[in-house]
Formats: sequence, C-alpha cells, structure tokens
Amino acid sequence: MDNIVERVKKIVAEQLGVNEADIKNESSFVDDLGADSLDTVELVMALEEEFECEIPDDQAEKITTVQQAVDYILANKK
Amino acid sequence: MAGLATFAFGVHILARRRVVITGLGLISPVGNSVEEGWQNIIAGVSGIAPITRFDTSSFPVQFAGEVKNFDITQYISAKDARRMDKFIHYGLAAGMQAVRDAGLDKEGAADPERVGVAIGSGIGGLPLIEETKDEYNAAGVRKVSPFFVPGSIINMISGNLSIEFGFKGPNLSIVTACTTGTHSIGEAARIIEYGDADVMVAGGAESTVSPLGLGGFCAARALSTRNEDPATASRPWDKDRDGFVLGEGAGVLVLEEYEHAKARGAKIYAEVAGYGMSADAYHITAPNMDGPRRSMVNALKNAGVAPSDVQYVNAHGTSTPLGDKNESDAIKAAFGDAAYKIVVNSTKSMTGHLLGGAGGVESLFTVLAIHHQISPPTINIFNQDPECDLDYCANKARPMKIDVALKNNFGFGGTNGSLVFKRV
Repeated sequence: MDNIVERVKKIVAEQLGVNEADIKNESSFVDDLGADSLDTVELVMALEEEFECEIPDDQAEKITTVQQAVDYILANKK
Repeated sequence: MAGLATFAFGVHILARRRVVITGLGLISPVGNSVEEGWQNIIAGVSGIAPITRFDTSSFPVQFAGEVKNFDITQYISAKDARRMDKFIHYGLAAGMQAVRDAGLDKEGAADPERVGVAIGSGIGGLPLIEETKDEYNAAGVRKVSPFFVPGSIINMISGNLSIEFGFKGPNLSIVTACTTGTHSIGEAARIIEYGDADVMVAGGAESTVSPLGLGGFCAARALSTRNEDPATASRPWDKDRDGFVLGEGAGVLVLEEYEHAKARGAKIYAEVAGYGMSADAYHITAPNMDGPRRSMVNALKNAGVAPSDVQYVNAHGTSTPLGDKNESDAIKAAFGDAAYKIVVNSTKSMTGHLLGGAGGVESLFTVLAIHHQISPPTINIFNQDPECDLDYCANKARPMKIDVALKNNFGFGGTNGSLVFKRV
C-alpha cells in the first residue's frame, strides 16, 4: 500500500514537474498541482504503464487526486 | 527610399517604415550561441560528423551536421521540454537568445501587442511522428500522447515563444521547404513595414536527423555519400561535390522598426533593405535558372539598389552538382558584369543544409558579415569547378567592405526567396 502511494507520487512529480515533498494524498492534480487537461491525460497514461493496467476513459475522468489514483490501482491491480 | 514619393496626381505617400535587426540567436552544428558559431564560421570549422543519434549502419549516408552539447533545460523546464520535438527546442532556444540579445525581455522595452513571432520550419516534428508511430504500432492508440500534436506541428515555435514572453502581436509560421527561414524574415519585415507590428522575432528551425528524414533525402539521391570524410563532404562549387549534407538547428533574428529601435537605444546590426520572391513553375525538385534570377532581381528592386552596389552574396550553395552551377548562372544573369566583383559565399560548407532553418542561420551570418565587415570562407573548395567561375571566398575568411549583401534560398516546389541587408 505505502509502496503504491510512493510510486504514484513519484509519477505525479515527474509528469507534473512538482516536488514529491509537495504532493499529499489529498492533492488535486488540477487545483493543487497545476495540471491542465492534457497533463491529466498523460498522467493517466503514465500510471497505466507503471502499474500495467488499463484505465478506461470514464474511470480516468474520476481520478482527480493522488488518493483516487491509489484507490483505483489497489482495486484493479492484477 | 527615404522621404516622400510624389505621384502624378500630387498624392503623397509616406515612404515605407524601415526595418533593422536588433537581436540574434543561434543553435547550429557549429555552435549553440552567436559568438561560438560566428567564431567557428570565420575560422572555417566544419560542423559535419558521423551521426550519433541513431544507428545508421543500413543507410548509404552516415553523417550529418548535428547540433552538439545542447541542453534545452537551460531554456525551459524539463517537463515542458519533454512535450516538444527537437525542432521546437532549437527554435525556442534561438528565439530566446535573440529576444534577450535585443533586450526585449526587459519590462517596457516594447508594447507586447506590437511584438509578433514568425519562426517556421520546413518539415517540423518528423522524429516525434516516427516515435509515436512506433508506439502506436507496438501498443495501439492508447499510447498516443496528448502532447503528440502540439509537440510536432510547425507553428509551435512561434506559439511557445509568444507564451514565454507574452508577445501578443502577429503569430505565424511559414512553410516553404528550404526557403522557409528567408520567407519568414522577409514576410516579418513586411508586417513591420505595413504597420501591423513594431517588432517581429523571425527565422527558421529544423531537426530531421532521424531515420525517415535521412532516409527520404537518401532515396531522393540528394545527399553527399562521402562517408569516409564527412568534414569535407559539403563542398559547394568544388568539381567533386556530390550532394548536400543534412544539417539541423535554428537561426532567429529580431526585426524592429528603425525609429522604435533608435528610441529605446537598441543595438542595430544591419537593416533589412529588400525582399524578393519567385516560383520556378518548373519541377518539384530540380533547379531552374530563371526562378532564382527573378527572386534576386525582385529583392534588389525592392531595396532600391543596383547590382553594382552589392559586395557580398550568401548563397543557397548546397553542394549539389546541379544546384551550385544553376545558382552561379542565376547570379550572373541577375547581376550582369557586376557578378564577377561580388564575393559569393556558402556557409553551408560548414553547417550543412538546415532546410527550413537555413534561411534563419544564413541570414544571421550575412548580418554578421556586414556587422564585422568580413566574408566567411567557403571551405572544401579543393578544385573549383571551371563551370562555376565566380569568387567564392575559397577556404579563408576575407576582411572586406560590405555595405550591401544579398541572401538566397531556394526550396523544393521551386520556391525562391532573396533578402537584401544593408549596413546602417
């Protein structure tokens, strides 16, 4: 679980060009971390690659925070 | 050109607004700053070497003029950089150098709504298109990045530079193959003359040292195959020339209305005095003598100068067997007897051919030739082709008086452009 949170935060930091230390579980990609609509699409692609899963578009739209990403990955991990 | 023109009807029209050059920026095979690039050009240093970017073992041509030791994160964040193809990196970096050189990054230097950008590219984001297709082939459409389109389309140098500095004037990109940079500067100058802007950041960029970029020009049999000696492969007007050498990089100029530049005490390198264009209406790739001739004549006419006023020509001079002779013949047709008194030089002998970036980089060198009163050498002329009998400033730079210079570029499709630059 902790490991997944760390991995998600690392990807978010890389993709959005923010410091890992500034990313909290409740951080919103758009409101807190400065992502735009293209950033969030790319972020989901990076998460798919890291966790070897496919996140359908209707699900991806609902992932707006670090915690939501972690929850989705935990629920859908192979 | 200055003063008032009086028509027969007694109507007075103001002479057109003068355009001067107040900033320069360069990313090139011979250096990633204006200072470094110019020193190497005057010293006759070749920027051509074996290709390092990908495996060329199956290619008939294995060398190019690559940009070396370039770090885009000196200009923009790694996050932004990752989302742009290399031609945008080069154009943006050269553009930022030019803007800073002109002092336009300082608060209040110009009204942002009167500053525009016109930086083009001949081909654009080909490497990114290739990579994205590979990813698509491997894993399907879900692997196509949302940044693929904005990272590869040609007007994104102009777009990104306007965002970087808040330039809210005209924003465009011209695409005319190897004449792109020349047309961009000429059209940008006209935008200022016409009054739509006071400052235009203009030039060209290219980065197609990629499997399909190299492969396409190989297939067209356009490139030199001198793999055993890359540094001497680009040899304009030498009798053993065997094709051009692919180059990459960007050259960007800040053009500014003369009174605007004077009022803010800007450093002035030279004046854009004239601009001419033409089409061959002949063949998609083969050169034609009359098109280039008319392009030069139109530029001289637009500048209001006689052929005998010109001391220096920075030629298209690509090192192809047909093109170099064709351009020499066109210069003779355009200049008459004066052709033999002009120094005709090709800086492509050192940089290779930057395609859409050529007009930007070579206009920059032309402006510096005027500014420093010296012609760069055309290197690698070991045995001058007797059919090309002009003074090409072979192998050694030459200090000389240059009041008026002309710059040529010609592109696939038979599109030609010529610029006349003047000492201020």
